Amino acid sequence: MKISESWLREWVNTDLDSESLGHQLTMLGHEVDGIEHQGQGIEDIVIAAVVEVEKHPDADKLSLCKVDAGDGELVDVVCGAPNVVQGMKTPFARPGVTLPNGMKLRKAKIRGVVSNGMLCSAIEIGLGDESDGIMRLPQDAEVGARLVDLLNLPDAVIDLDLTPNRGDCFSVLGVARDVAALTGGKLKDAAIDASEATIRDEQAVELVEPEACPRFAGRVIRGIDTKAETPLWMTERLRRSGLRSISPVVDITNYVMLELGQPLHAYDLARIKGAIRPRLARQGEKLVLLDEKELHLKTDTLVVTDDSGPIGLAGIMGGLSTAVSDNSSNIFFEAAFWPQDFMAGRARAYGLHTDASLRFERGVDPSGQARAIERATQLLLEIAGGEAGPLTDIVVAESLPHQEKIILRENRLARLLGVEIDSGQVKQILTRLAMKVEVIDGGWGVLAPPHRFDMAIEADLIEEIARLHGYDSIPETTGFSQAPLQTVTESHIDLERVAATMVARDYQEVITYSFISSDANLAFSGEESELVLSNPISSEMSVMRASLWPGLVSAAAANTARQQDRVRLFEISKSFHGKLGAHEEVLRIGALVTGPVHHEQWGSSSKSVDFYDVKADVEALLSLLITDEKFRFEKTQHVALQPGQTANIFRGDELIGIVGKLHPQLAKTYDLKRAVYLFELDADKTLKSAAPNAKSISKFPAIRRDIAVIVDDSVSADDLVNAVAATAPDLIQSVRIFDIYKGENIEGGRKSVAIGLILQETSRTLTDEDADATMAAALKKLEENFAAVLRD
Amino acid sequence: MQALSELIDQATSQIDAASDLAALDAVRVSFLGKKGELTARLKSLGALPGNERAAAGQEINKAKQALQTLLNARRDALESAALEQKLAADAVDVSLPGRGRSTGGRHPVSRAQARIERIFTNAGFGVRSGPEIEDDFHNFTALNIPDNHPARAMHDTFYFPGGNLLRTHTSPVQIRSIVKEGVPIRIIAPGRVYRCDSDQTHTPMFHQVEGLVIDENVSFANLKAVLHQFVEAFFERDAELRFRPSYFPFTEPSAEVDVRWGEGKWLEILGCGMVHPNVLESAGIDSEKYTGYAFGIGIERLAMLRYNVSDLRTFFENDLRFLRQFR
Repeated sequence: MKISESWLREWVNTDLDSESLGHQLTMLGHEVDGIEHQGQGIEDIVIAAVVEVEKHPDADKLSLCKVDAGDGELVDVVCGAPNVVQGMKTPFARPGVTLPNGMKLRKAKIRGVVSNGMLCSAIEIGLGDESDGIMRLPQDAEVGARLVDLLNLPDAVIDLDLTPNRGDCFSVLGVARDVAALTGGKLKDAAIDASEATIRDEQAVELVEPEACPRFAGRVIRGIDTKAETPLWMTERLRRSGLRSISPVVDITNYVMLELGQPLHAYDLARIKGAIRPRLARQGEKLVLLDEKELHLKTDTLVVTDDSGPIGLAGIMGGLSTAVSDNSSNIFFEAAFWPQDFMAGRARAYGLHTDASLRFERGVDPSGQARAIERATQLLLEIAGGEAGPLTDIVVAESLPHQEKIILRENRLARLLGVEIDSGQVKQILTRLAMKVEVIDGGWGVLAPPHRFDMAIEADLIEEIARLHGYDSIPETTGFSQAPLQTVTESHIDLERVAATMVARDYQEVITYSFISSDANLAFSGEESELVLSNPISSEMSVMRASLWPGLVSAAAANTARQQDRVRLFEISKSFHGKLGAHEEVLRIGALVTGPVHHEQWGSSSKSVDFYDVKADVEALLSLLITDEKFRFEKTQHVALQPGQTANIFRGDELIGIVGKLHPQLAKTYDLKRAVYLFELDADKTLKSAAPNAKSISKFPAIRRDIAVIVDDSVSADDLVNAVAATAPDLIQSVRIFDIYKGENIEGGRKSVAIGLILQETSRTLTDEDADATMAAALKKLEENFAAVLRD
Repeated sequence: MQALSELIDQATSQIDAASDLAALDAVRVSFLGKKGELTARLKSLGALPGNERAAAGQEINKAKQALQTLLNARRDALESAALEQKLAADAVDVSLPGRGRSTGGRHPVSRAQARIERIFTNAGFGVRSGPEIEDDFHNFTALNIPDNHPARAMHDTFYFPGGNLLRTHTSPVQIRSIVKEGVPIRIIAPGRVYRCDSDQTHTPMFHQVEGLVIDENVSFANLKAVLHQFVEAFFERDAELRFRPSYFPFTEPSAEVDVRWGEGKWLEILGCGMVHPNVLESAGIDSEKYTGYAFGIGIERLAMLRYNVSDLRTFFENDLRFLRQFR
């Protein structure tokens, strides 16, 4: 909310300068987003009358003016504004004056004619962002007087970021109240003298649904001067608050809203048919708003109706059929109390957002309606004359919100804030906040004023005391918790360790979005997502990913497009599965590799990554685990991966992940030219581990024996190794394949596999005979199980 | 016959002249070998008269020993020269880069998150997580944000058909953890959060760390202390903080915290407050007996300040040239 500092100071008396005032507002919880100073550096601009206007002989768009700036003689000024007319009053800058934008005026020839200064637009003197020419000043402005005096400048516009709980601060009065409470400064009396009714006309109002509208104040005013203009002081305050001047009636409704916080609406009295009845809209009703937009009303929406049906969207915007026009001389002012519950989210549901709806949604003072009508009446009579009818103020008291007494306990206050605040100070703070305070045993009984409808429980009062006492004045005290120390588990490998391992193996971590396009999700998971956002940022971010790969592949594609040929990425994050209501979130470790195994280096030739390079990285992660379970890589098919280079990863019988080569067709879609390898592990299933369980190390020497057998190509390495290991589990410490050979001397469809064994006993030294026997048994098993033939 | 001394001089000069081990060996053979000159002299001792024989033999043996010493010395010299030559030939250009695998790096947001986790776990906090697809109850209602509350409109929530949503903050983990573990409790909950907002200073996904401490005598003064200590630990320097009143439906009193940065400017870094009694009650905790504080820290914000990153969006563009700076 933008608020004029001088207007605020009219309401509260304070010694603080602008910057300190801004700081104090921030420290009260009304964060100052900015302070814009206005009217600085225009002290030398004076008010001038345009006495004569002629066309410039050589330029269509320029005028030659004779101007009276109070110097006793007329000066010639060339003016380019389209709105300059004889007789108008306008700001004038003499030669030698420097404008706020730094431009220094000189006597100058413009197209051959001498100009002695400049007639100014609002923009040129820093008083606005828009103009349709030079600034038009009131006819009664004194020629030669300083503009700053006429406009009550300089001033500052303070932009406040109000929190949603403080609807009461959406006005000059509301902010002034808080400043007065903090500083003890004097607050202007908000009471307005009632205007005497000079006519007896009243607009009938019936509160047919008091829950939805428990209070409605209004007044008929007849015979206003339709030629009246809004006075400069008011248009200036509106402008500094970010509102444009429209007409005296509309300007007054806005002015009173800014000043007192109660939104008002003005109707053209002649166009209201019968009694006004606020109620909820009915099925099928329509309403054309002031902005000529037709709404199909929802039944949760409050409307103001007359005999013709809805004539206004309550608390949001008026209707076109009863709107005031430039010719409306008889009007009806409305100031109603629309409860928050009936306003929340309604404007938004119609794509609307108005100054009135914002205030009603956050709550207005339920006691402020009649006062607002009196203020508006006072201003209208002053500006446009007319005859006022009696005040209408219909109240259904039992439906209005009301305050209950709140008990504030002294010990609770001290316990929650961690500081003892003097009880005298507590009482003073509450009293300054216009609360009625009664001292009771161990605390206070507190009744908040109607405008502090946000006060309901003890904690609300404690916050107020903390706020006005000053958060800065609360000490810092280290607390000691009774919460027990946290377990540091070894039952799962820490994700930090996983990340460190990936980093050590030359992977760069990335963070990709959890939502992706449904096409990408389908391409990488093979299933249409059931987890589709109703309001995505774009279709590219519309479904929850079932795999980390689409994000990794996109990131790789973006990087290769930027000439990064070697890309190694990982991400540890969630994938999303199943249906809404029973969805599953799975923490995954995903990785992608493309390009050479090593970055380019001297002394070794470049080799592109293959399946086994990436598998080694998976195995490195698995080697972090302490477990007796065996891991197994089993050939499989996957929609996103190339057949024949894809494996499921099992831990015992549980599937924990998958590794493989990105399908070339998919790689092509992403314009990835080199082979891409991917893996993904279910973190919870994969990282189950245990505390290590140490066994004693054999003191006896080990024997190494090698064996080479020829088997069919289809025989898997795992099967061979497992078969060999099983022949003498106690003796065989390790089995390793150290060579695979195909080609010369080996018939087609067969391969030679060289296997190395380490044999060792824990209780004695192995003999050659032992080793020979073991090797013979292993060979026999291979012959039986795989039709293996010993290779010489 | 040549004098013995001449023979030795001759041998000595030949030893000195030997330029390699082979040449040196040839010299040895020519003097001390089976057919060498000194060996021949020893053999010819028998031809001398008996009384001269012993003295002459002694002379020759002396000469032989002297030669052997010279030979050994020369051999050592030649060997060490040869070794030096070999080592010189083996010398490498130490400035050439090492070969093999380089290392990768962590994402700056994860890096910052890991630091935050370490600081709080050191202080005895546990680390918790919760679902990212949340229900309305945990994201809003249980946090004292009922239907139609103005704070809801400010959350720019991503919804799913039927009312589920992407959590807009990590605060739902508060509720889940209290209900599951009870009190006293002292936890943080880092993770992804989502808001339907995308411009220069907003990304639709970002990270928060929620903090929650509930115990019998937890006060706002404790909250101020822990956050001040945290900020100083995170930035590894003294920090001036400003707690300023604000509003969150789930805390009261609530505060936003600014840190003085650069040339005295206050920068907002987190929100916090005392857990609202309604939140405690909705989680089944006696709000008379227990009080607590909660805070929410934007990880990207801290990472930007700590690592001098000026544009939030670069965190999610995953440009390796940017990421490699963090290691």
